[in-house]
Amino acid sequence: MRRSAGAAALLVLTALAVCPPAAGRAQETTTLRVWHAYGQGSAEETALRQAADAYVEAHPDQRVELLANAFGAYLSKLESAIPTGNGPDLFIDAHERVTHYVERRLITPVEAPSSGRFDASQLEALSVEGRLYGVPLSLKCAALYVNTSLLPEAPSSLDALARRPHAEGVFPLVFEAENAYYVAALLHAHGGRLLDDEGGYAFVGPAAHATVAEVQRWVESGATPEEATGELAKRLFASGHALSVISGPWLAPDLPDSLPYRVLPLPPATEGGEATRPYLTIEAAYVAAQAQHPAEAAALADFLAHGPGALIRAKAGRQVVADAAAFDDPELASDAFLSTFRRAAAAALPMPTHPHMRLAFEPAGQALRKVLRTGMPIDDALEEGARRFRDLTRPLPGPRDPTLALVLVGVVLLGFVFAMLRRLKDPATRAALVRSMPAYRWVAHAFLAVGLLVILPLFVGALTSFFSGHGTDLHYAGLANYAEILSARGGELLGHGSFWLVLLVTVLWTVLNLALHVGIGVLLALLLNRPTLRLKGMYRVLLILPWAVPSYVTALSWKGMFHRQFGAVNALLTALGAEPVSFFAHFSTAFTANLVTNVWLGFPFMMVVTLGALSSIPKDLYEAAAVDGATKKQQFWRITAPLLVPALAPAVAMGAVWTFNMFNVVFLVSGGEPDGSTEILVSDAYRWAFTRSNQYGYAAAYAVLIFLILVLFSKAAARGLARVEEKKA
Amino acid sequence: MRRQRGSLLASVGSHVALLIAVGFAIYPVLWVVSLALTAGGAPEAQIIPWPAHPSLDNFRAVAGQVDAERGWIFGQQLFNSLAIAAATTLAALAIATPAAYAMSRFDFVGKKGSMAALLATQMFPGVAAAIPLYLLLDALGMLDTRSGLVLVYATTAVPFAIFQMRGAFDAIPRDLEEAAMVDGATRFGAFVRVVLPAARPAMAVTALFAFMTAWNEFILAATFLSREEVFTLPVVLQRFVGEHDAHWGLFAAGAIIVSVPVMALFYWLQRHLVGGLTSGSVKG
Repeated sequence: MRRSAGAAALLVLTALAVCPPAAGRAQETTTLRVWHAYGQGSAEETALRQAADAYVEAHPDQRVELLANAFGAYLSKLESAIPTGNGPDLFIDAHERVTHYVERRLITPVEAPSSGRFDASQLEALSVEGRLYGVPLSLKCAALYVNTSLLPEAPSSLDALARRPHAEGVFPLVFEAENAYYVAALLHAHGGRLLDDEGGYAFVGPAAHATVAEVQRWVESGATPEEATGELAKRLFASGHALSVISGPWLAPDLPDSLPYRVLPLPPATEGGEATRPYLTIEAAYVAAQAQHPAEAAALADFLAHGPGALIRAKAGRQVVADAAAFDDPELASDAFLSTFRRAAAAALPMPTHPHMRLAFEPAGQALRKVLRTGMPIDDALEEGARRFRDLTRPLPGPRDPTLALVLVGVVLLGFVFAMLRRLKDPATRAALVRSMPAYRWVAHAFLAVGLLVILPLFVGALTSFFSGHGTDLHYAGLANYAEILSARGGELLGHGSFWLVLLVTVLWTVLNLALHVGIGVLLALLLNRPTLRLKGMYRVLLILPWAVPSYVTALSWKGMFHRQFGAVNALLTALGAEPVSFFAHFSTAFTANLVTNVWLGFPFMMVVTLGALSSIPKDLYEAAAVDGATKKQQFWRITAPLLVPALAPAVAMGAVWTFNMFNVVFLVSGGEPDGSTEILVSDAYRWAFTRSNQYGYAAAYAVLIFLILVLFSKAAARGLARVEEKKA
Repeated sequence: MRRQRGSLLASVGSHVALLIAVGFAIYPVLWVVSLALTAGGAPEAQIIPWPAHPSLDNFRAVAGQVDAERGWIFGQQLFNSLAIAAATTLAALAIATPAAYAMSRFDFVGKKGSMAALLATQMFPGVAAAIPLYLLLDALGMLDTRSGLVLVYATTAVPFAIFQMRGAFDAIPRDLEEAAMVDGATRFGAFVRVVLPAARPAMAVTALFAFMTAWNEFILAATFLSREEVFTLPVVLQRFVGEHDAHWGLFAAGAIIVSVPVMALFYWLQRHLVGGLTSGSVKG
């Protein structure tokens, strides 16, 4: 009875999921689709909604539909949705992607604003080849937040601030010292740059050296915290453990009302030195290339950028609006926070829009981490960063003539068809086919569904591996991607980030995980299987728990537990009298963190499989053995173990495949730290596809190689298993 | 006498070992619970995961989002997740069970090849398929819909479901359905009335796996869906951990809401889990 109720509930839900949504509303009004990536429930999101409402009030024939996107998925979503006509009319994003968007033909030019309400340099930053592509909405740059009860007077320089005597556990100058975005402000003061005008990497040489040396001095003197993340910086400042913090306008909403603070434009790095210049990010509204209502979208963009829209965003969203005229409003003019950021933005350096810009942060950050965490000599670390950047921006394989490949494919296809026809002529095959007909009726729908929706996409994905290029802009490149991967892109075969090194890590990862999964799983199952054990049911329920929690939730909570300052693991170590460990600074500890997380995730599966196998071993075998005088130990090795091996083999093989491709844990826990060394093949492939200039073809070649390795492995495993079974028989 | 002491020692030993394992298993979960109960939700360096001032603010903030235009949006999204996971489960079972039965009982041309192809789908990293799938769903006009997602999830779950169910069918003696067929039942009738009931534990486990596939997935959902009213809960959860503002407390509260239904299912099906996973692989 209960079971059929469950089945009925399933059916009802299914019907509701598949049935079309409630009847469409009257389509006389124009609906504008607007996408953004503001945080859930943030003031910015609320303000945007209010501004959109105000626009609709003025244009009753229109509706505005806002969609909040997850920040991490925003870019790839725009890239797939706009070209296929599924995208928004208008979207909001930072200015530094404008060149990328123009290259991908995702946005259309907008008309230049009539009056001089926007800074010329801001419009310039949003222009590509002399045409304006975005309407500036708001400005973001770093400034100095000062705790006024700890530090009443304005500091004369960052260095003077760093040298201030301070109480134990209080940091004078907090910022993300390993983040090239913040360090760039100092670099600019030393006359250096991250990227030159041609898109070349410039975080090398004397200016970079001086900058890194300065940061290193601050960290080593205890003025700036080690391994500071945005989270840590926020926490230290909010709790009164920081005299100052370098951050942007996004910090303010998270600070408690009781905290006395003010904001200052960044002072010079050293006494009397050059001014520090943080990067300026201009948040802009872009009219999408495939917009259904481009004119209305442009009007909405203007409304959000100027006048009432700008005032709403400034007042309700606390945004530093780009519209200069908005600051004539008496309320804004007297707002110290917004006008300070406005002044800071005027002095800041608009971030270059060269597509290489976003590729420069990863190698520059790695160089900083190498110096600050491992004490590597500065020039070596900078040089290594430059090599990384060259690797990321290396010229892609050029187009090849596809004729040969097409001919080859044609010949193979012909041969295949020919062989098929010959087999069909064979009467025995025909008879077998006729006999198979009833079976086909049972499997046809499954084959159709899996073939169309699983195998076809995978096949198309695999074909991409013969193409090269960025994003959807691909050309045929033959086997060039494979050649590059297998030759480690011309570097050392076991050098940093080479396929072979990552493969080695992946194999180590898989073997250790499986050994621990099986070891722990079998041990627990044997314990649970003891006939005299009490509380068996409770133990079993609790031990299955890790399996029931979604793996991304688990991964993120383990990452939190391995946190350098706030993690429970370090709290435990400190309580035991050990030094806290910086888990993601060394390969061994970061790898261990991943391993512990994945062991936690995976042992319940093996335990349950083992329990099932144990329960199906006939009891009389043991009884007979006991009669013959066999000890418990002998019973285990003679009966349990030989019967467990074949029962566990399929689960272990499956587990090996899953572990080999366990993306979530590696990506979310260590994220490849330190320095990409804990990356496994599948997470590396993901990075090539989505975070390193969208080299889909290159990533697809990785995927095909992973596939081939796993096929070879499973063949070998099957053969090994067959041999074991043979021996037994 | 000695024997008894030995078994007492062994019993204490196994309880100690099991308790250690239980501690390892539930500690991270307690940590998430503690985070969810901390208003503001900032993780602290503490060994015992219990908030200093427990409050339900995070749960209220996550579940109580009411919107003037669209009403109780969280309820809508919870419903989406439930409906999509339920439909996925049903569709995957409906597609996989007959195929698995044929794989177990019939010999046919191409059987070996198709088993190999099904196995191969489990080895190919899904990263490579996301973009082709996007284009495919777009061509079918199902891009921004719940049905589209159900279609993708269900077919993804089918290969593993076929393996599972085939193992279970292999373990069911053929005499059962043959007897029914002698009594005049058709093959299909015997399958529905005799074989399926005997394979119930394995079906429960397969259903659980399919349900989890759909319930926990977020990368494809975030890519395919562009309307908040069709979002699933994992997509919503992702947004709590943004670029600048990570609301760990809200994320943890949402994570617990997302985990509870799966835990309930696990609890409900756990007796089947033990038998259902391995049926067929051990033949004594």
